[in-house]
Amino acid sequence: MALYTLVLLVALMRGRPTDYGAWKGLFQNGWMRVATLLFAVSLAWHAWVGVRDIVMDYIKPDGLRLGLQVVTILLLAGYVGWTVQVLWR
Amino acid sequence: MSSAAAKRPRPKYLTLPAILFEIRLPMPGFVSILHRISGALLFFPFAAWLLYLLDTSLASEQGFARVKDHYLQMPIVKLALIVFVWAFAHHFCAGIRFLLLDINHGIELGPARRSAGVVLVVSLLLTAFFAWRIW
Repeated sequence: MALYTLVLLVALMRGRPTDYGAWKGLFQNGWMRVATLLFAVSLAWHAWVGVRDIVMDYIKPDGLRLGLQVVTILLLAGYVGWTVQVLWR
Repeated sequence: MSSAAAKRPRPKYLTLPAILFEIRLPMPGFVSILHRISGALLFFPFAAWLLYLLDTSLASEQGFARVKDHYLQMPIVKLALIVFVWAFAHHFCAGIRFLLLDINHGIELGPARRSAGVVLVVSLLLTAFFAWRIW
């Protein structure tokens, strides 16, 4: 994820995609699609671990804790699905 | 227990001034709780918001123009972006610090305090630079 952050920053600063064509072109590259998908999946996994730790630390009632964890998983799965939809349109 | 701690008057009663000015979270603890807060903010709402922006700007020429020329020009949106950049920069820097600590790099008190200060300062400088560039 750190690597993707740097790659994206370099791509944005070198390419300066300030019009729609360049912006769309950047995300139509095969490598960019794969890198972004990898980033999204890694991010979802990482966020799951982090949010799970936060919920386990602060939320004590079992039912509420389970509920929040299910919501977290659904939200993260939604993010990844949305990313796929945005990248392959 | 060190002798310095033993010499302090006990018991110590918690007064409001003590809570406000005497008992402070040490720098590494400060970085740690901010790492947690920034992570939570990135998970929600920032991830959803940025995905929405990416979606709209890639969906159509009009969507791109709306995001770039209208939405991103609004001061409240710029402010939100600056908060996002701080959260990301802090989470990034603090995360790398934690990775280094995990492999036993700089775990002595002195270096750990110094690296915590570096994390705070670097992420704020990055945020200030970003804010200066978009305003």
